[in-house]
Amino acid sequence: MYVAVKGGERAIENAHDWLAEERRGDVSVAELTVAQIREQLALAVNRVMAEGSLYDPDLAALAIKQSRGDLIEAIFLIRAYRTTLPRLGLSEPVDTGAMAVDRRVSATFKDLPGGQVLGPTFDYTHRLLDFALAAEGLEPAAAPEGTPREEPVPHVTEFLDREGLIQPEAESDATPPDLTREPLKLPAGRPLRLQALSRGDEGFVLGMAYSTQRGYGRNHPFVGELRIGKVAVEMEVPELGFAVEIGEVTVTECETVNQFTGSKTEPPQFTRGYGLVFGQTERKAISMALVDRALRWAELGEDNVGAPAQDEEFVLYHSDNIQASGFLEHIKLPHYVDFQSELELIRKLRREAGQATRQEAAE
Amino acid sequence: MTELSPDQTDRKAWMSLLAKAPAAELFRLWEAHGAAPAFRWLRAPEVGAVMVRGRAGAVGAPFNLGEMSVTRCSLRLEDGAVGHAYVQGRDKEKARIAALVDALMQTGGAAALRAAVLDPLEAGLADRARARAAKAAATRVEFFTMVRGENA
Repeated sequence: MYVAVKGGERAIENAHDWLAEERRGDVSVAELTVAQIREQLALAVNRVMAEGSLYDPDLAALAIKQSRGDLIEAIFLIRAYRTTLPRLGLSEPVDTGAMAVDRRVSATFKDLPGGQVLGPTFDYTHRLLDFALAAEGLEPAAAPEGTPREEPVPHVTEFLDREGLIQPEAESDATPPDLTREPLKLPAGRPLRLQALSRGDEGFVLGMAYSTQRGYGRNHPFVGELRIGKVAVEMEVPELGFAVEIGEVTVTECETVNQFTGSKTEPPQFTRGYGLVFGQTERKAISMALVDRALRWAELGEDNVGAPAQDEEFVLYHSDNIQASGFLEHIKLPHYVDFQSELELIRKLRREAGQATRQEAAE
Repeated sequence: MTELSPDQTDRKAWMSLLAKAPAAELFRLWEAHGAAPAFRWLRAPEVGAVMVRGRAGAVGAPFNLGEMSVTRCSLRLEDGAVGHAYVQGRDKEKARIAALVDALMQTGGAAALRAAVLDPLEAGLADRARARAAKAAATRVEFFTMVRGENA
């Protein structure tokens, strides 16, 4: 029940002024610029773009500055901003096979065309704090350069596909449903699930993926391939009647190859999970691929073992951190009237219970 | 999609280049070129979003990945040439210059403009792509077989 009450304007204004001051922190320390955040906290920027579902590094960096580094708050700011933008069109599906790869590794094949390219990875670092970074003004040496080979970097799943060992992807040019335009409807279908997972909360999707590895809907994944790099975005320009590139985005793509012994409807073969996320976001992309695969149980004729990661409704309705924090955090806002009625009720029940006890004692 | 004519292929190439070019570099080259043609807006610069799509399993059914910011505009030069721009980001000035370049590329000044603006932009993009590819190449794993004890 809502009852309009007034009051607190001055307290709110003063709280916001104090927030601004706290955001700035100690003024004897230099202020962060948006460009510094964009360049030096790039992985935070990537997460905000992926879950904010808007690729714009400057805006994501600004949101991180404004939110004092609270990434979910930053994602909220981006989601709110994107609703103000007119939709200028829909791109052609990006061709990740033509990606300019910064990183490309396969856990299934050691030798493959295009090679294993580590890229700028945290893997194989010792995870020891580097106190040299605490000293300012130390510029790192330029990274070594090798000789790029002019060769295509085909998807690993293509090799398995050629031998008929992996479930083929259904060819389709169907227009996918869009979560930002229509409310979520179940059953969702894979395209809608992929959109929801790609913008879903990294922690939630990671937890769901981890649960499948620990046995809640196990699906035996191998990382067939993980690649990170730039892809061109093409869109048909209505004024011209043909497609042009309108920019390029960095994405992380993960394809899992999953063991599958066959079911009533499908022969024994490998199956696929797929992850594609804006930015260099490999933990998220791998998680997405595992959860995508778990959610495909019905189309593959697998048993539903009742695992949370197999439950489309559970996963899709709880993966969005903006919806979740909106509902969660609203309970801290005034509920005076609601609570007053609960208080009345409890008092009344206690009164009645007390009277009944006294009556029994008297009889 | 139908086959593009040679003119359309050319136009697609320069529009794609302008969309991806860093704004600062485009401004510098445009200023240096010194063209300032009179024009009329057909559509003033407008910031919006384009929904970027992927495909399930890279080759399957399309899905919506997320949006990217894009600025578009259209203009007409006095001689009638019409220029369009769809450029990544929220920079209206970049969109204006991209549309002017698109229009001028359809006029007699095309060759000079290509040499002054498009060629250097393209070289810059290629240089940066090459530098990244070279760094990636340096992190390519070269496997070798360990010499086993009994063979030593």
